[in-house]
Amino acid sequence: MSSLAQKHKKLERNVTLLGLGAFITVAIGGIVEIAPLFWIDSTVEKVEGVRPYTPLELAGRNIYIREGCYSCHSQMIRPFRDEVERYGHYSLAAESMYDHPFQWGSKRTGPDLARVGGRYSDEWHVQHLIDPRSVVPESIMPPYAFLAEKELKAGDMVKHLRAQRRVGVPYTEEAIAAANEDLMAQADPTASTSDLEERYPKAQARDFDGDPDRLTEMDALVAYLQMIGTLVDFEAGEAQEQPR
Amino acid sequence: MDTLLLKAGGWLAIVFFAFIAMVLAADAGFAVHMAIIALAAGITLWVTINKADYAAIGRGILKAPDPGVYDDDPVRWGVIATIFWGIAGMAVGLIIALQLAFPVLNLNNEFTTFGRLRPLHTSAVIFAFGGNALIATSYYVVQRTCRARLAFPGLARFVFWGYQLFIVLAATGYLMGVTQSKEYAEPEWYVDLWLTIVWLSYAAVFIGTIVRRSEPHIYVANWFYLAFILTIAMLHVVNGLSMPVSLLGSKSYSAFAGVQDALTQWWYGHNAVGFFLTAGFLAMMYYFVPKQAERPVYSYRLSIIHFWSLIFLYIWAGPHHLHYTALPDWAQTLGMVFSIVLWMPSWGGMINGLMTLNGAWDKIRTDPIIRMMVLALAFYGMSTFEGPMMSIKAVNSLSHYTDWTIGHVHSGALGWNGMITFACLYYLVPRLWGKERLYSLRMVNWHFWLSTLGIVLYAASMWVAGIMQGLMWREYGDDGYLVYAFSEVVSAMLPMYLIRAAGGLLYLAGAIVLVYNVWMTIAGKQRDEKPMTETPHNEDLDKPIVGKPAIAPAE
Amino acid sequence: MTYETLRHLSDSFGLLFLAFTFLGFIGWTFRPGSRQKHEEAAHMIFEEDQDDG
Repeated sequence: MSSLAQKHKKLERNVTLLGLGAFITVAIGGIVEIAPLFWIDSTVEKVEGVRPYTPLELAGRNIYIREGCYSCHSQMIRPFRDEVERYGHYSLAAESMYDHPFQWGSKRTGPDLARVGGRYSDEWHVQHLIDPRSVVPESIMPPYAFLAEKELKAGDMVKHLRAQRRVGVPYTEEAIAAANEDLMAQADPTASTSDLEERYPKAQARDFDGDPDRLTEMDALVAYLQMIGTLVDFEAGEAQEQPR
Repeated sequence: MDTLLLKAGGWLAIVFFAFIAMVLAADAGFAVHMAIIALAAGITLWVTINKADYAAIGRGILKAPDPGVYDDDPVRWGVIATIFWGIAGMAVGLIIALQLAFPVLNLNNEFTTFGRLRPLHTSAVIFAFGGNALIATSYYVVQRTCRARLAFPGLARFVFWGYQLFIVLAATGYLMGVTQSKEYAEPEWYVDLWLTIVWLSYAAVFIGTIVRRSEPHIYVANWFYLAFILTIAMLHVVNGLSMPVSLLGSKSYSAFAGVQDALTQWWYGHNAVGFFLTAGFLAMMYYFVPKQAERPVYSYRLSIIHFWSLIFLYIWAGPHHLHYTALPDWAQTLGMVFSIVLWMPSWGGMINGLMTLNGAWDKIRTDPIIRMMVLALAFYGMSTFEGPMMSIKAVNSLSHYTDWTIGHVHSGALGWNGMITFACLYYLVPRLWGKERLYSLRMVNWHFWLSTLGIVLYAASMWVAGIMQGLMWREYGDDGYLVYAFSEVVSAMLPMYLIRAAGGLLYLAGAIVLVYNVWMTIAGKQRDEKPMTETPHNEDLDKPIVGKPAIAPAE
Repeated sequence: MTYETLRHLSDSFGLLFLAFTFLGFIGWTFRPGSRQKHEEAAHMIFEEDQDDG
């Protein structure tokens, strides 16, 4: 007993041991819980259609992040009847596999946006972002009129795509080199989009903000909103799981 | 003289490089931040040159601090910073609460939208108010319990000012939209790197002080502080891993994606609660509650079990933020089970704190500071019961995404963190500024009741709002269709949002009473009022042990 | 090593190991003879108020 007491005394009197013990104790949970997500294959199911973002969508997504949209809008539909009916098919892990960082959100002050793509017209989105209460009187969303005024800073998309590839998004060398051109082509109704569509299937190319002369942040954000949740075709095959 | 030259040269170099980075910056946010860094380094340079004791350097001696008193300067600054950031963070909280009721308050301006102010509020109250309180109290407690002065006094001051710079960079970044979008970890990569440097210095000061202690035993409060410092370092580094787009720009992309990023984030996010807002504040509880009550902690053995089981269990609980999402089921279940088990050590700690008053329950009546501590522990107990309950998947299916979560967080933050911090501030201020007592104990009483009423309004309105939201979203009519459109649920929230804002206003009003009380105390005033009670304090004996024999008895 | 084997391991020996570690820990803390030391530790923060400083 005395040797045990001796050890106990040591721990309470040795800051290195105490710190080490505490650190090991807190490290266990993280290692056991998080590490397997990286090597258990079933974590992210194989799904057809998921692709990296086009440069314009990525720029729009960065605006979505900059404005803190995730504070009020989730992008994660849970497998419940009401959510599936309200928002669409429940979200799959694969749908956010290229999301650095994820935008699942934690609060629905506004509705979920995981499948908002294609639900409303571009005009509706532009009007709603400029003055939310003009289209939804009950809305408490802040107005984002300044997005329509601000030119999109788009000259450095090559760097953005390269940074994305460094963290594991499979952009090809060719896609990275053409990033700036792809961005311009997607927002320009007169440009040829065959290259863009080959690199990014289902990419929607048009003028998004109703002002074809200018490339604004509104263009990018609406382009992003219009593609969220549209990549996987849930009509085509059986869903892998049944809603709970 | 050589070191002075070296120091000044170093600060000048930082001014220079920050200025270059500002000129070459890829975006406006980064440029503003580099300007702030250049300014901060410039001020430091100016202070370094002006404050230097040239006469002493000339005589070849360095000014040695008095080893017979505790090094309390950083504690005093920390107390003031805590109060300042507390008021700022709570005021922003009130503004964003009102924005949800009256969207016109977003001012149709990019810098003042809810999306940009919300991280400003959360970071200001958690990291600026809470963080400064933790750093200041840990400096105070570690010196007293080790009977030794702070190790590395220069580094201790660097930690304080470096942390304030981190806060300024983070806060200005949010207003400009510089964010990683990871909740409670929004600052971008270069601010994260800066915080890592500051935090490791903090660890060095804290551990260094423990190493040079005169007491053989390490008091339990220090265990909690130590676990808090080490774990936050681990969480911050892992969750902050990201790839900058450019070394001269603010934007970066998280190292992880999708489901892995989500779990890493909530492993971080939940343990920011678990270690920043719980372990660190429990350290405050384990020192200041016994001191104010003048009784030892109820059971030291319970505190040991409390410590180890709390730190072991907390770290697993993160996945309960991701119930029914695309996170694998096994991780969700693991998170739920550990969250529920976590209820036990949490209540063990609460009981240990409350029972410290065993035999002195009358102090709740006579001492408003004790009353605040008891309220804090009661709210700690309540929110650590509510948390495990909300982590049960069935409950979470209703509560997740709703204002119930907001209510839960605030009953913990306002009730537990806020009240224990205020109580510690009231304990510290007269002692740190060498005053006989606070300006007014009766104003502490006012603060207590304003806050309590504020919390009750806040928590009650958010419970109602959250449960109402959850039920309205999932309500089906006889026709088999969803009854409410999303917008109808939004408009149903208005009365609750108004009550919540009123609660926040009361809580802020209480904090303003504290500002006045502390201000007058430091000014040396004493309000002429009927005394309630004061805990005696012996200034002469509040000192570290220097050599042997110990300080002679006062009698 | 698959998910299934890990799951079985954690359901059986992992759980047992943690349970015994926890019980051992409680036993260790409450072992006889530690009371005196813990009393001293708990009173440590008041030593400044005593005459021997």
